Amino acid sequence: MSDYISHDHEHDGIDRRGFLHCMAWAGTGLLWTISGGVLASKTLAQIAKAGEALPATDLSFLQISDSHIGFSKEANKDVTATFKIALDRINAMPTPPSFLIHTGDITQLSKPEEFDTFDEVLKSCRTKDVFYVPGEHDVLNDNGKLYRERYLKSVEAKGSGWYSFNKNGVHFIGLVNVLDLQAGGLGQLGDDQLEWLEDDVKDLGTSTPIVVFAHIPLWAVYPQWGWGTSDSERALGYLKRFGSVTVLNGHIHQVLQKVEGNVAFHTAMSTAFPQPAPGTAPSPGPMNVPAEKLRGLLGLTSVKYLQGKSSLAVVDSNLS
Amino acid sequence: MITLTHWNKRTALLCGISFFNLAFFAIAGEMKDIDGAGTGTKNQIVIKDFHFSPETLTVKSGEKVTWINRDEEPHTVVSVEKQFKKSSALDTDQEFTITAGAPGTYTYFCSVHPKMTGTIVVEKP
Repeated sequence: MSDYISHDHEHDGIDRRGFLHCMAWAGTGLLWTISGGVLASKTLAQIAKAGEALPATDLSFLQISDSHIGFSKEANKDVTATFKIALDRINAMPTPPSFLIHTGDITQLSKPEEFDTFDEVLKSCRTKDVFYVPGEHDVLNDNGKLYRERYLKSVEAKGSGWYSFNKNGVHFIGLVNVLDLQAGGLGQLGDDQLEWLEDDVKDLGTSTPIVVFAHIPLWAVYPQWGWGTSDSERALGYLKRFGSVTVLNGHIHQVLQKVEGNVAFHTAMSTAFPQPAPGTAPSPGPMNVPAEKLRGLLGLTSVKYLQGKSSLAVVDSNLS
Repeated sequence: MITLTHWNKRTALLCGISFFNLAFFAIAGEMKDIDGAGTGTKNQIVIKDFHFSPETLTVKSGEKVTWINRDEEPHTVVSVEKQFKKSSALDTDQEFTITAGAPGTYTYFCSVHPKMTGTIVVEKP
């Protein structure tokens, strides 16, 4: 079966077969490219089969998420080992990523020794630059003090730890939406951070590609389980005028994606344990799967930006 | 008949505020680990599947209230109006106990998963 597009009635670069193929691979490893808000897919297996390295690009980076160092329950009794496997995969990449983004839940319980273990294991990674945003598990008892002391050294962080930086013409924004959460509510950015965001992007040209990363999804994935951010609409409002916005989140331990106008939303797998699909279990707690299936549900996300094309390619690959 | 002058208006307000504060600080928190066996189920709130159960618990002033986390996910117990000391993150099978203070309604939530909310109603002993 050919993976090339045979019918393209909507002229959107995706046909029915391609779409179904894409969906079939969601969560197991797929590449999708965003061009002006539409996507097309190509499986990792297909890339591997052809023996082709991804073409040289101006910028490639990698997203890892939800390592939950310290977790040792049934769903994965050795999260340090699976985190190591993820790093091995990064080290084995033909084109090493320029840097890593960790979208939070570094640890299970914000314990210093858990952060220590994470840092120690991370030393084996060939890619040394890592940008972080905290997950709720990283700020449990001290509102993120320890997290901020350790993981914001290379950035000019504001407030509770948000920041931005530029790489190869791409503007990256790391947001914090796991602090000062309100009873009954969802993830939250808060007024101070939103005002900062408005100011941060106001002088950027609309052709500047934007990458936003935060722990809890910045779209309403499943509010019943708290999978959303109450004031994310306001944040996205400030980004509406940009031609290419990519939003990378963690928290839900599975790949979900959505394209809305020029904004592509994407959530990454965890390196620790899977969580159930929205609404398919009594709670969003860790999902127990047979041992041989675990690594197929853990993974990492590779993102490439082709300068001048304002397009980003996002590849999820699992650890099996 | 009493007419409210500026002076006694202010006194009334101060009295009100003092009373309010007493109610706030009447509940003291403590936390401990347990290994398996529970310490009785009276006034116990079980945290399971990201829910506080029972969601509303009625107790007498002076009684102890204990939360126990039966999830694999850490949870916290935090008073919405900061009326009692918040718990630290409770890992699986950890518990948190407070002593119910002045009569009133105390709402609380999990600051890690704020969708999780509950209420303690404290009645006169």
